[in-house]
Amino acid sequence: MQEKTKGNRVLIDGSRLMIEALARAGADAFIGYPITPANLLYQYGSQRMKLMLPAPDEITTLQWMSGLSATGKLPVTATSFPGFALMVESINMAYMMELPMVIILVQRLGPATGTATCGAQGDLLLLRGMISGGHPIPVLATADFNDCWDLAAKAADIAQNLRTPVVLLTSKEEVMTQKSFDLSTLGVIQPSTRKLFNLEGEYKSYKPTDFVPDFLPVTQSNHQVRLNASTHDLTGILQHSNEESMGNTRKLEEKIVQRMKSHGYYTLDEQKDARKLIVAYGITSSAAIDATEMLRKNHEKVSLLIPKTMIPTPDFYLELMMKYERVVIAEENINQQFGSLLFGQHIPANIAFVGSLGKMISPREIMEEVTR
Amino acid sequence: MNIPFLKTDALPFCKGCGHDLIAKNTTKALEKLGFNPLDVIMVTDIGCHGIIDKCLNTHTIHGLHGRSSALGAGVTFGTEEPGKKVIVFIGDGGSTIGLQHLMEASRLNLNMTVVVHDNFLYGMTGGQTSGLTPHGFNTTTSREGNPFSGYDICALAHTAGASYVSRVMGIGDISDKLAVAFSTRGFSLVEVLEICPSYGMKLNPRRKLSEIAQSAGKEMGEWLNNRKPFIAHQGRKTDNLLEKVNPIAPSFKSYLKKTTSMILSGSAGEGVQLAASILAKAAMRSGLSITQKGSYPVTVGVGFSTAELNLSPEEVHFHGIAVPDMAVITSSDGLAHNKQRIAKMQGGYLFIDQSLEVPPTGAEVIRHDFRGMGARNASIFSVFFMALKTGIISTECLFLTIEAEGMGEKLPVAKIKEALVK
Repeated sequence: MQEKTKGNRVLIDGSRLMIEALARAGADAFIGYPITPANLLYQYGSQRMKLMLPAPDEITTLQWMSGLSATGKLPVTATSFPGFALMVESINMAYMMELPMVIILVQRLGPATGTATCGAQGDLLLLRGMISGGHPIPVLATADFNDCWDLAAKAADIAQNLRTPVVLLTSKEEVMTQKSFDLSTLGVIQPSTRKLFNLEGEYKSYKPTDFVPDFLPVTQSNHQVRLNASTHDLTGILQHSNEESMGNTRKLEEKIVQRMKSHGYYTLDEQKDARKLIVAYGITSSAAIDATEMLRKNHEKVSLLIPKTMIPTPDFYLELMMKYERVVIAEENINQQFGSLLFGQHIPANIAFVGSLGKMISPREIMEEVTR
Repeated sequence: MNIPFLKTDALPFCKGCGHDLIAKNTTKALEKLGFNPLDVIMVTDIGCHGIIDKCLNTHTIHGLHGRSSALGAGVTFGTEEPGKKVIVFIGDGGSTIGLQHLMEASRLNLNMTVVVHDNFLYGMTGGQTSGLTPHGFNTTTSREGNPFSGYDICALAHTAGASYVSRVMGIGDISDKLAVAFSTRGFSLVEVLEICPSYGMKLNPRRKLSEIAQSAGKEMGEWLNNRKPFIAHQGRKTDNLLEKVNPIAPSFKSYLKKTTSMILSGSAGEGVQLAASILAKAAMRSGLSITQKGSYPVTVGVGFSTAELNLSPEEVHFHGIAVPDMAVITSSDGLAHNKQRIAKMQGGYLFIDQSLEVPPTGAEVIRHDFRGMGARNASIFSVFFMALKTGIISTECLFLTIEAEGMGEKLPVAKIKEALVK
């Protein structure tokens, strides 16, 4: 069923779409702490969610979210790097406790407080390394308004199904800029659910089925629930490093790697016989779309990949890039974060980079690199 | 058969540690109050006290250092079922690293209890001085006595609004005192004083707990606030965010054949963003696709205010504007913010208030008295003037958009009409 309105074209921003999508996908609480440029998300969250709480800081935000998630709620927050940095330890806790939640990270220009009202794509490598031990946390990056809808819902779905925090990665321009948009392009969102333990017998809080333990809220009185941020065995009891607890820690990694294989989201626009590939994610993908179109008008054969599942990185991205003679990766930073994520410090010579600091990358800059 | 709260009486604490007494008296108090173990959610912090988890038959959540009271608060927010009890165990070190969380739980008067295991130092990490260490008390990091005085955690929680606060000596049967806290509606905090046998006793030989408490001014007692607890409203009325957005159906035509980028810029508080919004919606009413981006300093009420718009007969992907096709400038703030981009214009139009010095530009310059309409109306008037001169949007469509947006009373429609005729 399509979104029914009197007409379908509206002037709208991505924040509104994200929050509405998350609410429809089962998010029932928004915990807010103000930070530019994530404030629209906070405002909409306060209007839309069944429970809205203003936290006194970002550490509290993540702790309240974790407590709520332990009771079966699906909490959401939105922040930018300075706030996200404060959340990191608590996100590790939620990751270890296997508590579903969605964190919208609106990138802005850093380092530190940088420029609050200037967009950027500078947090990808932070996200890849933010879980101690190097375990991946699911990160989805929106590229357009339809992604603000679809990927927000998928983020909720992944959080619930994989029992994990999920980061929805975006940037200032994507959540604050208003655009004309056709609401009839939005699909129906089904509420996400967590798999509950419903069998008779012993319940172990971390005994996995297909890598994911069944959930029970701490508010029920039938089975004991133990949640633990420290290394623990399958029952949730703290352990030093015995076989069972190490197996559980390994499982945290395997859970994300294996179960995210069915969540490899991207857009691929391949042109027959093209030997060049443009790769861009997030805010830069709009420039890449225009660049691709203009290059083709100029009879330059070129393909376009817009990655949306950023972490864990689907194998397909590398497999695809290997097929092309020249690949141009465009992203709004000066140190090739996505390239580094894919290739490490030794990025192959046929992988070119278009970067930017403090301004959006234009289609022309991408075109120039492709035709160089 | 009733399930006991404790799996064993042999708790994993050092001999003589007050944590043992607190754990046993907590479970005794809960039993006295008639709780079943699985009606209790025990949230523990990092520290020796936290290893009690494995001995409990309650639900257990073992969190981060200092964050357990915020984690417990989160559980409280999500607990709709009656008859549940959230109890947080935290040490003196945890209570200061997480002081904000304790203050917040007190301020909101959340329905939970925090038991502060105050043994005057960080026990698990080697006996270092904490924020609750009394003045003169010896620790491994203050061998000649703590030169600082400790927080009065009870006074802080009471002042912040907790329903019930008490300080008790960790000696003998304290279950009745804990039971008072556990049965309180709203936030309760109990500070239990004890001496760490591994560090506190060894470094402070011959000192008794009562004497340490007395010399530190740690008075035993209860402090009450008559306040209602905060109950989270899980089912409050919510808005469908999409229903709040008015659809805009095309009812006018535009001659625009290609994407036109535009900057509107003036001073904060002069309606630049509103004017941009009217123009954007009028453009949609004319069947165009648009993007509208606002830029202003971090302090939104002063300095420049710039709106960047792209109007196009086709869908707009990239919305950045390096060099605009058109610039509409109504104040010196706006001019200063966009001088560089205006200088790069090789064509198009620069509409600029006649009070301003015309900057170097390759655009066709059109000067007009926009500010004569009043500073607050300069921007909306400049949009009408630009539309009239370029024909990019019909002024009729702009007027209709103002009415449709319910801005007819706020904006000087009649004055604009009159000025346009001139």
